Amino acid sequence: MVEFLSFRDGESTQEPAVTVEAFTGQSNATAVRIEPGEDARELLPHLDRISLVEVNFPGFGDGRGYSAARILREAGYQGELRAVGDVLVDQIVAMRRCGFDSFHPAKALDDAAVDRALTRYADVYQKTIDGRAPIWAKRHPETQNG
Amino acid sequence: MYRYDSYDQSIVDARVEEFRDQTQRRLAGALTEDQFKPLRLMNGLYLQLHAYMLRVAIPYGTLSGTQMRKLGEIAGKYDKGYAHFTTRQNLQYNWIKLADAPDILAELATVEMHAIQTSGNCIRNISSDQYAGVSADEVADPRPWAELLRQWSSFHPEFTYLPRKFKIAVIASDDDRAAMRLHDIGLKLVERDGVVGAEVYAGGGMGRTPMVAPLIRDFVAEDEIISYLEACLRVYNRYGRRDNKYKARIKILVHEIGVEEYKRQVEEEFAHMRTLGLNPPVEELARIRAFFAPPAYETDLSDTIDRSDRAFALWLDRQVAAHKAPGYAIVNISLKPIDGIPGDASAEQMALVADLAESYSFDELRVTHAQNLVLPHVQKADLFAIWQKLVAAGLAEANLDLITDIIACPGLDYCALANARSIPLAQKIAARFADAERQADLGELKLKISGCINACGHHHAGHIGILGVDRRGVENFQLLLGGSGAEDASLGQITGPGFSEDGVVDAIEKVTDIYLAERTDGERFLDTYRRIGMTPFKEAIYG
Amino acid sequence: MKILTGNDLASGDVIWWAGDGWSRQVGDAADVGAQGDELARAEEAALRVVGAYVIDATITDDGVRPAHIKDRIRALGPTVRPDLTLKPNDADAGNWVI
Repeated sequence: MVEFLSFRDGESTQEPAVTVEAFTGQSNATAVRIEPGEDARELLPHLDRISLVEVNFPGFGDGRGYSAARILREAGYQGELRAVGDVLVDQIVAMRRCGFDSFHPAKALDDAAVDRALTRYADVYQKTIDGRAPIWAKRHPETQNG
Repeated sequence: MYRYDSYDQSIVDARVEEFRDQTQRRLAGALTEDQFKPLRLMNGLYLQLHAYMLRVAIPYGTLSGTQMRKLGEIAGKYDKGYAHFTTRQNLQYNWIKLADAPDILAELATVEMHAIQTSGNCIRNISSDQYAGVSADEVADPRPWAELLRQWSSFHPEFTYLPRKFKIAVIASDDDRAAMRLHDIGLKLVERDGVVGAEVYAGGGMGRTPMVAPLIRDFVAEDEIISYLEACLRVYNRYGRRDNKYKARIKILVHEIGVEEYKRQVEEEFAHMRTLGLNPPVEELARIRAFFAPPAYETDLSDTIDRSDRAFALWLDRQVAAHKAPGYAIVNISLKPIDGIPGDASAEQMALVADLAESYSFDELRVTHAQNLVLPHVQKADLFAIWQKLVAAGLAEANLDLITDIIACPGLDYCALANARSIPLAQKIAARFADAERQADLGELKLKISGCINACGHHHAGHIGILGVDRRGVENFQLLLGGSGAEDASLGQITGPGFSEDGVVDAIEKVTDIYLAERTDGERFLDTYRRIGMTPFKEAIYG
Repeated sequence: MKILTGNDLASGDVIWWAGDGWSRQVGDAADVGAQGDELARAEEAALRVVGAYVIDATITDDGVRPAHIKDRIRALGPTVRPDLTLKPNDADAGNWVI
């Protein structure tokens, strides 16, 4: 069973994450945690001093964290982006595609299920920040110059 | 129509295996129902009153004879020999076993069909005009755009756990045959300076709080529509209400913050998103569009039709619409026989309709949001032969847009959400008004019945609408007048206190009597209502 | 009385707790008293039922009668397709629902 999953090279930070309010209020912290109703864009002026953003999913049905993650990556955030809370193996791929590169689910995940999920879909329809070429780009390679 | 390439097929095949895996985990107890329910909903599998119900996607209401034949086979093999066409152009099976669902999805995948995102808090089937591609009044065929959006919205990683369901419609003519203004987002293709793009409407919907979608952008080009919609969805995903399921649709957000503020937030997000390379190149829409090129219509065809059979002539005048290609016609197939169940078709009927599509309609069929079917490309010379086959199959009712062409949700006979049965009421109304001359005299009269406030029967958009409610454990029916889902969109107004099932049938008769007494030349029921208002009807009903 | 109902997990069939197991006939439904919620949880955990819930019912000359019309329709089948109900040959079955 997997209690912590990371797709980053090297160690994941163990520093405790502070709230967005505490972080923006003046903090030496380098790890911050976003709750569903909070605005990830509040962190954009500070991205260069953040090494970890945790995005909390109190219930997996609340999908606001997916937008938070993508917004951070679109702004150029390169640190660790961790999904925590009610994270099931069935959400891992979508979360990866939105920019999450580590996972700390409330309930451990089954290793074999994780592997199956990660390899299930060879291709994707949409372009997002995960660097994968969407199907429309593969259909029209001549339009995709570097 | 669109055909999958290996990418499309691989995705659907992978989805089948993913769901098979999830179902096995559920049946083995590795997933609880709370964990499994959102996953099965995203594959269109509901738990309803009597069994599981599977909702199969019919993208923008277009399908081939092969696909219809497979749908009929599945009805026979896995269900109880019939299926139901819905107000979003999809198909529902009512008697599915969970254990069979993965195999059913596998069979659907062999004919390029699926049940992806036909339920759940995600982007649903993109609907469109049932006359797309064959009507002279369209700016362009809207279905290539609908297909582009279908692919974009399938497994969208950011928008899979929205506050609530999200329904998009695309039309391309001034006549709105798809209730576009009553969708979460509606696109209307328009031409500006020789360029085709879309007007975008957002925040429409029915249910508890019906609203007509306001215009939020006058024009979006085809090569920016994806990034624009991403902006619309992102604002909704971030700010749509999550505290109350009944206030979670985008129409509530647009209403609460105001359309100007919603537009402003979308523009801000769009300014950002249009720089991210999210839009497919124009070559992709062109590739899709090639699948929707007109079929090889024959030329020099006869326009003459022998009308000597009176029953055929009645059907012809009612069910057959003008086609833009000379010598051709559009055939509407009624799934509203007087003594039948609105929108239902037997496996045998589905097989017949598949044969008709292959023999007479370039292998193409449409499903309308009024729960009827269409053969979109029929030679006029073939109309009589088709009609004879429809008669033999019980599919030749000549009632398109008449009072017995009732839209009815499955209601309390099938649906766990319902408060009242809608089908028996539809049957009583149809029986009361069955006389062909009476119906013709009443003319266009769109009657829509919902068994509960969720409004799957579109009762807010009925010229006459009926809402089933639970009045201390007894079925009761509210009557509404003056709704429209067309380009003149309006929401029906309630007449007053509700009725018993027989009472509402009597009330409808009084309403139609007032119309007949008060109408002036050429007025439809809806026009007379709009001119004279509710009062005369209310007086007649409540005395 | 209080009875417990739900759907069979694998087949989706409507089922009624009969005291020693599940039956597809509402007539077999047993009074669960105050144990319904606990029973529901246990049976769901054992994968024998999905969506179980407790309802009021009475005993009449026709047997167990669920208090709400929705559950009477579940007990019989769709009133508009008598051929698909549990009583296809009973012309009065639809009246029992109302």
